[in-house]
Amino acid sequence: MKTIGLGEAASLIPDGASVMIGGFMGVGTPERVIDELVRRGTGNLTVIANDTAMPGVGIGKLIRAGLVRRAIVSHIGLNPETQQQMIAGKTDVELVPQGTLIERIRAGGFGLGGVLTATGVGTVVEKGKATIILDGKTYLVERPLRADFALVSAFAADYLGNLQYALTARNFNPVIAMAADAVIVDAEHIVPTGVIAPDHVMTPAPLVDYLVAH
Amino acid sequence: MDASTIIARRIAQELRDGMLVNLGIGIPTLVANYVPAGLHVFFQSENGLIGTGPVPEEGMRQARLTDAGGRVVTALPGASTFDSATSFGLIRGGHVDMTVLGGLEVDVTGRLANWTIPGKMVPGMGGAMDLVSGARRVVVAMQHTAKGKSKIVSQCRLPLTSVRPVDLVVTELAVIAFPNGRATLLEVAPGVQVADVLAATEAPLIVRDDVHPMPLGSEVPA
Repeated sequence: MKTIGLGEAASLIPDGASVMIGGFMGVGTPERVIDELVRRGTGNLTVIANDTAMPGVGIGKLIRAGLVRRAIVSHIGLNPETQQQMIAGKTDVELVPQGTLIERIRAGGFGLGGVLTATGVGTVVEKGKATIILDGKTYLVERPLRADFALVSAFAADYLGNLQYALTARNFNPVIAMAADAVIVDAEHIVPTGVIAPDHVMTPAPLVDYLVAH
Repeated sequence: MDASTIIARRIAQELRDGMLVNLGIGIPTLVANYVPAGLHVFFQSENGLIGTGPVPEEGMRQARLTDAGGRVVTALPGASTFDSATSFGLIRGGHVDMTVLGGLEVDVTGRLANWTIPGKMVPGMGGAMDLVSGARRVVVAMQHTAKGKSKIVSQCRLPLTSVRPVDLVVTELAVIAFPNGRATLLEVAPGVQVADVLAATEAPLIVRDDVHPMPLGSEVPA
């Protein structure tokens, strides 16, 4: 794990990168990193996240700045700007059932070849996908997801990079920390190693590549 | 009593002690206001919380504690938090005893459409497809009609949320279940006649001999 400045963290991410971003309606999203990407104008991004938050909040800032070419998300209902960009053909939006989305990311990070789920069988979600019948039940075959970067928001990080999350700000964060080539963490608190007890570590330090300095 | 209150109070009578329940946004959220006295029910928010409580008092906001609609809430004593994979494992894995969701259309066999109106409203399905496919019991809370047209239809015109039929539909007029894959009228709201329900419903309904008035629980919210 390396501690780096905010500008250096954002500079790691090139135009056209795929980024998984933590957060649920903007709760648990690394806002500082998003702000820096917007300042730098890093564009043509593929964003994999639960949702695109609200206009001007969290991932909504990337949307407003026109930096997202493709979004793989479960919900855009609270962000009319995403819907407008989708209709205008500026942003490709792949809508994925939330449980399937997080499990595809989990599969990507846990070394699995895919997910079998009954969610979406017989609906528009099934279009273009293989199905498999096991023990008389039909499942969709859903492919794993990985990304170049995971942008993780944590409540606390210790000097080694062990992470702890708080309340419902956890959401996608520990799962995306498993599924990207480089993991960048913005933590609300940076604490001495040992402050987070072993049983309370939610993301183990070796998964974290970069911690954004305070 | 307005339509939403009738629906929420009737659905609250489906709650049992110790249940894990997921409430969707809109009318379903109101069900939490009418939990019968003496019952302890666990409410899940799929963003990673069991033990969702009411909105906090003024000055007690915690921005990292929200429900699945993004609203700042509280956590009740005994609450737990977890990541999204665990949250949807609870849902798909059959650990959620009951979900209450809004509806746009329900067909005569109980299949639900509630996530999109193509060309008009494309918000994304969020957790709706997982909830309908995975929860042990699915209850739909919706107005009986929209712009004068029945929302209980012979065949859904809107894209389905799941092919798994729902268990119960509660409207301000009626309670309808789907035994043997056929829409069946079980209860009518106070002051509503069976004929009123049939006139307001596009789908053919089987009318049970023992159709009775909806139980609505106590007048005073718990």
